[in-house]
Amino acid sequence: MSDFIPSIGLEVHVQLKTRTKMFCACAAHDEGEPNTAVCPVCLGLPGAMPVINREAIRKTAKVGLMIGSEISLRSTFDRKNYFYPDMSKNYQITQQALPLCIGGTVEIEVGGQKKVIRVHHIHQEEDVAKSTHMETSTEIDFNRASMALMELVTEPDMASPDEAVAFLTALKEMLIYADISDCNLEMGHVRCDVNSSIRPVGTDPLGVKSELKNMNTFKGIHRALTYELERQVQTLRAGGTLAQETRRWDDEAGITLPMRSKEYAHDYRYFPEPDLPPVVLTPDRVAAWRAELPELPAARRKRFIQDYRLPEYDAGVLTADKAIADYFEAVAQASGNFKAASNWVMGELLRALGEKGLSIGEVKITPTALAQLIGLVDAKTISSSAAKDVFQVLFDEGGDPAAVVKQKGLAQVSDTGALDDFAAQAIQANEKVVADFQSGKEAALQFLVGQVMKLSRGKANPQLAAEALRKQLSR
Amino acid sequence: MSTALFELGFLEAADALAKKEITSQELVQALLTRTEALEPDLNALTWWDAETALAEARAADAARAAGDERPWLGVPITVKDLLNVKGQPCTAGSGILKGYVAPYDATVIARLRAAGCVCLSRANTDEFAMGSSTETSVYGTTRNPWDLTRVPGGSSGGPAAAVAARLAPAALASDTAGSIRQPAAFCGITGFKPTYGRVSRYGCAAFASSLDQIGPMARSVEDAAALYQAMAGQDVHDSTTSARPVGDVLGDMRTAPNLKGVRLGLPRQHFAEGLDPEVEKLTRAAVAQCQALGAELVDVDLPHSPYGIACYYVLGPAEASANLARYDGVRYGFRAAAEDVQQMYEQTRTQGFGAEVKRRIILGTYVLSSGFYDAYYLRAQKVRMLIRRDFERAFEQCDALIGPVTPTTAFRIGEKIADPLQMYLGDIYTVNVNLAGICGLSVPCGVTPDGLPAGVHLVGPAFEDTRILKIGAAYQHATDWHLQRPKI
Repeated sequence: MSDFIPSIGLEVHVQLKTRTKMFCACAAHDEGEPNTAVCPVCLGLPGAMPVINREAIRKTAKVGLMIGSEISLRSTFDRKNYFYPDMSKNYQITQQALPLCIGGTVEIEVGGQKKVIRVHHIHQEEDVAKSTHMETSTEIDFNRASMALMELVTEPDMASPDEAVAFLTALKEMLIYADISDCNLEMGHVRCDVNSSIRPVGTDPLGVKSELKNMNTFKGIHRALTYELERQVQTLRAGGTLAQETRRWDDEAGITLPMRSKEYAHDYRYFPEPDLPPVVLTPDRVAAWRAELPELPAARRKRFIQDYRLPEYDAGVLTADKAIADYFEAVAQASGNFKAASNWVMGELLRALGEKGLSIGEVKITPTALAQLIGLVDAKTISSSAAKDVFQVLFDEGGDPAAVVKQKGLAQVSDTGALDDFAAQAIQANEKVVADFQSGKEAALQFLVGQVMKLSRGKANPQLAAEALRKQLSR
Repeated sequence: MSTALFELGFLEAADALAKKEITSQELVQALLTRTEALEPDLNALTWWDAETALAEARAADAARAAGDERPWLGVPITVKDLLNVKGQPCTAGSGILKGYVAPYDATVIARLRAAGCVCLSRANTDEFAMGSSTETSVYGTTRNPWDLTRVPGGSSGGPAAAVAARLAPAALASDTAGSIRQPAAFCGITGFKPTYGRVSRYGCAAFASSLDQIGPMARSVEDAAALYQAMAGQDVHDSTTSARPVGDVLGDMRTAPNLKGVRLGLPRQHFAEGLDPEVEKLTRAAVAQCQALGAELVDVDLPHSPYGIACYYVLGPAEASANLARYDGVRYGFRAAAEDVQQMYEQTRTQGFGAEVKRRIILGTYVLSSGFYDAYYLRAQKVRMLIRRDFERAFEQCDALIGPVTPTTAFRIGEKIADPLQMYLGDIYTVNVNLAGICGLSVPCGVTPDGLPAGVHLVGPAFEDTRILKIGAAYQHATDWHLQRPKI
């Protein structure tokens, strides 16, 4: 590869999170019996007409605002003509001549290097139905037909599979943050056409591109691109020529294959959709949408590092998911112990979520409760190991940390009288260890602290236990 | 009542029903009896079902007895076979929609049903409204009730023949280039194409979406206006409908019995070569009548009007090629037996569509194709703008335009079907109204010596629908051409 530079461009289709479909009032959801969320419009019955879903327009415009696009105050819909059984009208309503968002950039980071990827435009369109190919027939589910999609088209600015995946990850993070889409890859919420080409180092014009159609996992995109770029290099090195073509990724075989020319040789015959008026936006409307934007992950990361004095790593983990970041902020602000808040959220909370397969929205432990728990540890009311037990109870059942501590009798023994008794018992029962300590083996003390903990059934405050032991041993 | 029930016009029927002089059941029965008698000669309808119609009529009578006072309760209408009426077949006169039953009501149907109308029957149309003679329907040619050897015009030849022959008091139809006005003129009835965006198109099988408009066909301007009023106004299902209030159309019409102060423009291009002398004579007589009623006449220019037909035959087919793509045999309608999907598409469309529809799909596909788009589609859009501006300029000098609806009276069946260009030229005075998105009214203005009716065309600016309805009504009050009827 070293003598070739890859250029990668993406066309990313994202299913928007809207209550209804793009052009009709049918419910937009992934579940349900096939062909139940359908109507004359999304089935393409004679006489049916589309109506623009304003919520979809708002969501797509907000994506544009997040990446710094120019929002078209007047955008229009076009018909893209092609025959396919999953396309109910045999034309797709999309935006070709005047898309909603023009330009924009997304910053990515790969191997510590930051890079800006330019976006050409984002347009609004409708999804097609879902075909399931059986042995001798094809089943079509029109529940997905006409769901709202945005298509984001990048410039060919990415130079490696890592960069392509970093772009998609950054985009996905943003879309989830602003509640634009659930970006559930298994459900096909994000589908990509991946364009790639290579050119010799030191040359300017882009090489001949190939397009990989309909990729829907980031891992698959990485593998496919790695293969495809290598294939292009090998072809050129072997003295061959590359054809501009559409290829498909065979995930099992781990190779890309050319698609039959019939499958993609289209003249889409775009023309303005006569059934829909232009989408006209006022600058005020766009400003109002801008004001609704959430703080973006990158900005939030910076702020976490600055305001909560978190290491970059912590800030990165915490801001990857907006709900997690919101939760962390609530805990941090309630407790005042930022690093502890970060450790609890990144450690116990994410672990417990993963174990139970829950999302942050479903947990029973409130940020206030977790902040109180941190307070109990800071005040040395409970040991950190006891705190983990309390956490588990709160995670499973919810409730008030102080009450759980009381109920479980987990409060630390900080009463020096009781600790002195435990220390005396430990010293008496471990003559040899005591001798070791007194001959200078400092580590022996830890063993004795452990014994005190054991005698107290874990409730002893370890620091105070150590002090009590030292006091008695130095007598 | 002395007159036969089937003779009642839309408002007359509503009035007689409201006064309980007749029942809807009696009226519907009279129309069904007449239909059974005349249909073998006319072939104006594609479907009717006596039981369903009588059941609806009885329900309307029962509702009235229970105090229901909806204005058009129990008044029957016929509907062009392009508009969806829930539970009735909707075939657009095409083999490709054979067996298709509409699962929903078009907005206009929902509104008229809400006002009490009974959808009595379905009327024949050129296949997907593509034609000017109702000869391209899969159900065969409709005959003109004035002369059964002649066409009723088209594409709304079925509704026109049905209303003229008293098979229904009025009809709903659609007009893409003249499809309401030309058959109205050929059959001696009144036909109105409202301003684009005034009446919802939702539920009308689309031909050319930027040109199609639904309108009424009836035996008087008042009847047409009553139906128009019931249908017009913004619809959430059709984003191209206007939010402007419709107003009290019938009320406004009654305020001006004469034409004092109305300036009528005579487009030079509409009184030029190609206009049949008999039609010209009757049109000029109508113009004179308007003048006698107080109208002031001005000559106006529509310099781009000769390009209308060419422009229309690029844009109309372009839109149609996409609109008709949905008829593929996958989800509904006719499906041909085939080995695979590709062959199924090809055979379904080859067997399902007729020659004229195929011609326009091919034409439309061609003009949108890569490399031809700029030369045809884009250029035609520019011409369309010029045609629209012609009208805007003309309306600076006058309130409405007046002229012939058609160059000739009804031609003979088979006379033009083999020569599409000749057929297309029949729309020369009407097509530009659709291209400009304005409103046009066809009103009977006399009968030629060979016994065929002609119509006068009144054209108004966008959203001045009431204005031309008023002018048409004033003309009809002073004349009785609309009362002439075929001897069938």
